Amino acid sequence: MQASIQPGRDAATQYVLRLGDTCLILGQRIAEWCGHAPILEEDIALTNMSLDLIGQARALLTHAGQISGLGHDEDQLAFLREERDYLNPTLVELPRGDFAFSVLRNAFMATWLKLMWQRLQASSDTELAAIAGKAVKEARYHQQHACDWVVRLGDGTDESARRLQAALTALWRYTPELFSDDAVDEQAAARGLGPKWSELQADWRAEIGALLAAARCELPAESAFRSTGRQGVHSEHMGYILTEMQYLQRAFPGGVW
Amino acid sequence: MNQVQAPAAGTALAPVWQVLGTVLDPEVLALSVVDLGLVREVLRHDDGLEIVLTPTYSGCPATELIERNVLDAVAAAGFGPARVTMRRAPAWTTDWISEEGRRKLLDYGIAPPGPVDPADGVPMHFVGRSPSGQRLACPRCGSLQTERLSAFGSTACKSLYRCLSCREPFEHFKPI
Repeated sequence: MQASIQPGRDAATQYVLRLGDTCLILGQRIAEWCGHAPILEEDIALTNMSLDLIGQARALLTHAGQISGLGHDEDQLAFLREERDYLNPTLVELPRGDFAFSVLRNAFMATWLKLMWQRLQASSDTELAAIAGKAVKEARYHQQHACDWVVRLGDGTDESARRLQAALTALWRYTPELFSDDAVDEQAAARGLGPKWSELQADWRAEIGALLAAARCELPAESAFRSTGRQGVHSEHMGYILTEMQYLQRAFPGGVW
Repeated sequence: MNQVQAPAAGTALAPVWQVLGTVLDPEVLALSVVDLGLVREVLRHDDGLEIVLTPTYSGCPATELIERNVLDAVAAAGFGPARVTMRRAPAWTTDWISEEGRRKLLDYGIAPPGPVDPADGVPMHFVGRSPSGQRLACPRCGSLQTERLSAFGSTACKSLYRCLSCREPFEHFKPI
């Protein structure tokens, strides 16, 4: 059994790991649709988006390994950490649900990532800015596509609208975590590495508000619940997705194809 | 904007660019890595050649294969030791595809990309409106009566359309 690694604990490494893990885990969840999407075109679209996200995760994890100075590569960081050391917000690890659930989550996250990448292009870290310059173009396509589907489902049949509304109710209480700050954000912002996550909130609410209005959805009441994935405290679903992702590297250390 | 021009024939590195012009993109076999604008620079160092490439998409599975094919081609042509450097910034854009590359795409049956919208924040627009607000011409019959089937196609860089005149489906190289 391959031993686990301990990632860097400094704020810059943690800030980049949060982004890298967001792309990695969301990419893995979207990839679960491969062969299962309702139509062939959508199967292709979802796997395309997953591929972009995994590519972004690779670049970010590679960079996080370099910042930490611990010499970890992208594979070690992707496959050999313990659950508590994964720093994605809980929203992206939730099981994929039905198509409406996945589409709405993709719209939430593509919008969030687009706003994040736009700001990261001005990062004081030139490598992070370069990754963002590439990824922002991809996120725009993801957002466009996911938002098209949200409107189509919300303004579609009774059944599709019902499912979208149910997805919104289930997902909404996980969104405050996308705009919560802590010492990692404060330090990243102070050093010009990237924005505090809370800085994305106003723009995100404006774009998602317009989307949900077009989709004729009703916003759920705000809840006091706060998820904590980006602090490493995950939902019960995280262990299962990591088991699936890590199995090969744990069982066959260093295995490549 | 910012298209790289291969050096004029007769200059020292022109033969290297010529060889690179024969290395095809593994997923769009009509185009070479030079046509696509992936080759940003070729440098001659004391210890060999350095070829600077810019990757297209973050997750493009062809990136590593392209790197290998470039090195193989340069080695086979007898240019001696060479290495490939990946340059991420500025990010690759379809605006770097050469005029010749666009012609080759069209001949291959793929509608070439239009210019990238310089406005950074592409406004959100929902179903029913074509991305650029203008119709795409069918690469086979030239008709403007076309519609998008899917924003994503067989590879990350393409989307899927169909022509309502000749009834043929076709791919479009997405502007990015």
